[in-house]
Amino acid sequence: MIGLSDYLLLSAILFSISVAGIIINRKNVITLLMCIELMLLAVNTNFIAFSHFLHDTTGQVFVFFILTVAAAEAAIGLAIIVVLFRNKATIDVEQLNQLKG
Amino acid sequence: MGFQVIVFYSFAAWLIFSALMVISSKNSVKAALFLVLTFACASAIWLLLEAEFLALTLIVVYVGAVMVLLLFVVMMMDIDYAAMRQGFVKKLPLAIIISFAFFGLLFSFITHGDFSNEAYPLPTPHPEGYSNIKELGRILYTEYVIAFEIAAIILLVAIISAIALTFRGRKHRKAQVISEQLMATKKNRLKIVKMDAEINTSEEPQTEKEGDAK
Repeated sequence: MIGLSDYLLLSAILFSISVAGIIINRKNVITLLMCIELMLLAVNTNFIAFSHFLHDTTGQVFVFFILTVAAAEAAIGLAIIVVLFRNKATIDVEQLNQLKG
Repeated sequence: MGFQVIVFYSFAAWLIFSALMVISSKNSVKAALFLVLTFACASAIWLLLEAEFLALTLIVVYVGAVMVLLLFVVMMMDIDYAAMRQGFVKKLPLAIIISFAFFGLLFSFITHGDFSNEAYPLPTPHPEGYSNIKELGRILYTEYVIAFEIAAIILLVAIISAIALTFRGRKHRKAQVISEQLMATKKNRLKIVKMDAEINTSEEPQTEKEGDAK
């Protein structure tokens, strides 16, 4: 049978992969955004697994709100990236040093 | 039970594979498409966990809206992917060490903490006629109604800010200026010119009349 720990391990693997992705792709903002989406997916899987095994719908409500906030975050983040690319013609994180005093 | 195990492990394998492809593919478009595959596999696993509404929401909202938006943005930009990949190999050992350490921590927590099958037995199946959507909607509109309204406001703010950030007003747009229209008087629009009456002496009107008669 598939127990709770199997689901938890799966989402732990997913979260570790996205942590590695954030370290590897430190230059590309878009890939960083995708890695954050992967992290949120791992967390949501945890929430839903606990909600299933505890017979409590509250976990799914949490996932619902996380999805909402993640959608808003993606929209604003992509808008910022578009403006950034328009002004600097790059999305390299290391070149975003205009605020340096 | 055997079927569920097969479904879980096959989708979990695809999930991990596509997540690895997301973080390691050279092209951002490819990464976005693999992210779509990741979401699809995750949605199948959520279906196994009997969260039907959220599984479908993940497909409809994430794959249908957010990922399409991401693909649009990725394709809109002319990115030098080779420059973006600089230092990829150099960072790889660090990434592997950190992520393995992180996973080891989580693994020891999950295996030593009491998440075994005895502590969390398989839940009793839901009675016949149970609806996940009905239950979720009931709890969302009673206990969490204020949070629900705040989520709606967050989405509204996100819409406004995304438009405000990226909007570039055109210079030569043909828009109405309402205040000017209201301030307009008869003098501005109508000009009366005094002139003598002109008498048309040509015979063209007559020939036209004859043509009509025929």
